Amino acid sequence: MSYAPEVRERLEKDAKEIIGRYPKARSALLPLLHLVQSEDGYVSDDGHEFCAEILGVSKAEVVGVSTFYTMYKRKPAGDYHVGVCINALCAVMGGDEIWEQLTEHTGIGHDETTPDGKVSLERLECNAACDFAPVMMVNWEFFDNQTPESAKQLVDDLRDGKDIRPTRGPKRLCSFKEASRVLAGLPDDQAGEGPSAAGASLEGLKVAKANGWKAPEA
Amino acid sequence: MSTTLTPVLTASWDRPDSFTIDGYGPYEAAKKALGMDPDAVIQAVKDSGLRGRGGAGFPTGMKWGFIPQGDGKPHYLVVNADESEPGTCKDIPLMMANPHSLIEGVIITSYAIRANHAFIYVRGEVLHVIRRLHAAVREAYEKGYLGTDVFGSGYDLELVVHSGAGAYICGEETALLDSLEGFRGQPRLKPPFPAVAGLYASPTVVNNVESVASVPSIIANGADWFASMGTEKSKGFGIFSLSGHVTRPGQYEAPLGITLAELLDMAGGIREGHRIKFWTPGGSSTPIFTDEHLDVPLDFEAVGAKGSMLGTRALQIFDETTCVVRTVLRWTEFYAHESCGKCTPCREGTYWLKQVLKRLEAGQGTEEDLSTITDIADNILGRSFCALGDGATSPIHSSVKYFREEYLKHFEVGGCPFDPKKSTLWGDR
Repeated sequence: MSYAPEVRERLEKDAKEIIGRYPKARSALLPLLHLVQSEDGYVSDDGHEFCAEILGVSKAEVVGVSTFYTMYKRKPAGDYHVGVCINALCAVMGGDEIWEQLTEHTGIGHDETTPDGKVSLERLECNAACDFAPVMMVNWEFFDNQTPESAKQLVDDLRDGKDIRPTRGPKRLCSFKEASRVLAGLPDDQAGEGPSAAGASLEGLKVAKANGWKAPEA
Repeated sequence: MSTTLTPVLTASWDRPDSFTIDGYGPYEAAKKALGMDPDAVIQAVKDSGLRGRGGAGFPTGMKWGFIPQGDGKPHYLVVNADESEPGTCKDIPLMMANPHSLIEGVIITSYAIRANHAFIYVRGEVLHVIRRLHAAVREAYEKGYLGTDVFGSGYDLELVVHSGAGAYICGEETALLDSLEGFRGQPRLKPPFPAVAGLYASPTVVNNVESVASVPSIIANGADWFASMGTEKSKGFGIFSLSGHVTRPGQYEAPLGITLAELLDMAGGIREGHRIKFWTPGGSSTPIFTDEHLDVPLDFEAVGAKGSMLGTRALQIFDETTCVVRTVLRWTEFYAHESCGKCTPCREGTYWLKQVLKRLEAGQGTEEDLSTITDIADNILGRSFCALGDGATSPIHSSVKYFREEYLKHFEVGGCPFDPKKSTLWGDR
């Protein structure tokens, strides 16, 4: 198997644009792996081969890199890749209970996908939103301050095709493949959507304003 | 007088357009810097006393000064935006709400170190932040703040936003460089340091997001202004991130040297009806503190003197409902998961720590296991290839030091004496 000619042509065009940004072509490997993941929903054998050919390195080199990083999937992820933070703080704040109930509710475990291909689950390490614990991510968008109930509802809604909005993010939740394309360095047009900051991010500023506290004058 | 907050980087976050160039402003500090001699820019940052905000606290201006000049090689600036240390959650909201402060800082820093190519290496798991970075960089190009002949000064700068792919180790600067070169993210032997042989074996500065984003304010307002905040050796402001069992967790930007007691006052205290048990001053790699340490000034020196590290000012707060053994187990599982496998002490040590801690948490351990985990930790600390292994030992050593009795209690009662439901966000409802 390899990519159909029209797919390959499209991927090559994107790949050349990405490679052109770097002083040395090999630097484009991580973005290119995101790019082939945006085509297949995981890093397929074809994807590995494509990256190897376009960069002029061996396939073994490419596989060696892709298997090092957790965001590259070795089998198809769901349209909605759902992560639950189970690092210490989120786990204590309820991430463990969310994970337990969510896996029971969906019948799938870590790195598994529902039979309809809609949802896959992952136990996440810290995602840098600790002030919003317990944290979940869907296709790498923030879903803050979750509970077991909200988590189960979220996954049900995703499987039912309902409109879902991240807590701090764009108006529309994109698919896993679309997200991978943004990660490849080919952004969509959703950057302007959603708040600058929200919730916990603003607590300190609110306190400062309420007390009239400012940095000293220059 | 008690310490007050000093919002600088966070001051605009409540504006709906803070992430756009219109909301941010016209890059006056960068214009000013490009009219200065690059060495004068480095001197200003040295004079300000700014120390790296990514955890290690190395003086930023001194780091820039290590870049050899007139060597005929290209120079690079790489921004470390791989924020992944457990508890650390400041750079991500900063880049989401105020990406232009970072880009303006990139222009000034690159100019100072004579780099014409800069990269922002951002962790991949934060999609909307990545969108905002791409959009902000594009806006800056459109305005002529990036690209050829920046502000008509004759200075050229290309800036690339590069997404990582899920690996905590890439926050280690040399692993980050390997990753940016398209390899597995494993740390390099130092020396040579990146200032001599970094990206593509060329002189490279690797700086944290918050460090770089602080630079425009120093150029705009002066080194003395920055140094008027903070303590004698820890100057300026920083974002303190409160998380966990706090009434109002969040981002609190304050002078270095503020105390947790003061911050908790502002954040409404520990959640109602509970009291503090233990906390990290700067992420999971910094030894834990207890209620004895509420009045320790949160600067590099005072926290160090009490046996921990300021780190990234990631204040993870746990109340009396939390089992310290369970918490340390989860951190240890994290280090074992993220160990890159390059060196034996870290790869094997974190693996065995995890096994023994699991046994301890399940109440199936013995007192000898406590000697075993501290012995393993002793054999990782100072013997691993990079700081990841060292970090893994911090929760072990500090938890056994302060909570030995709680470890013992687990095998006295044959299990965990705590109810995990009580520590959850909804545990009191």
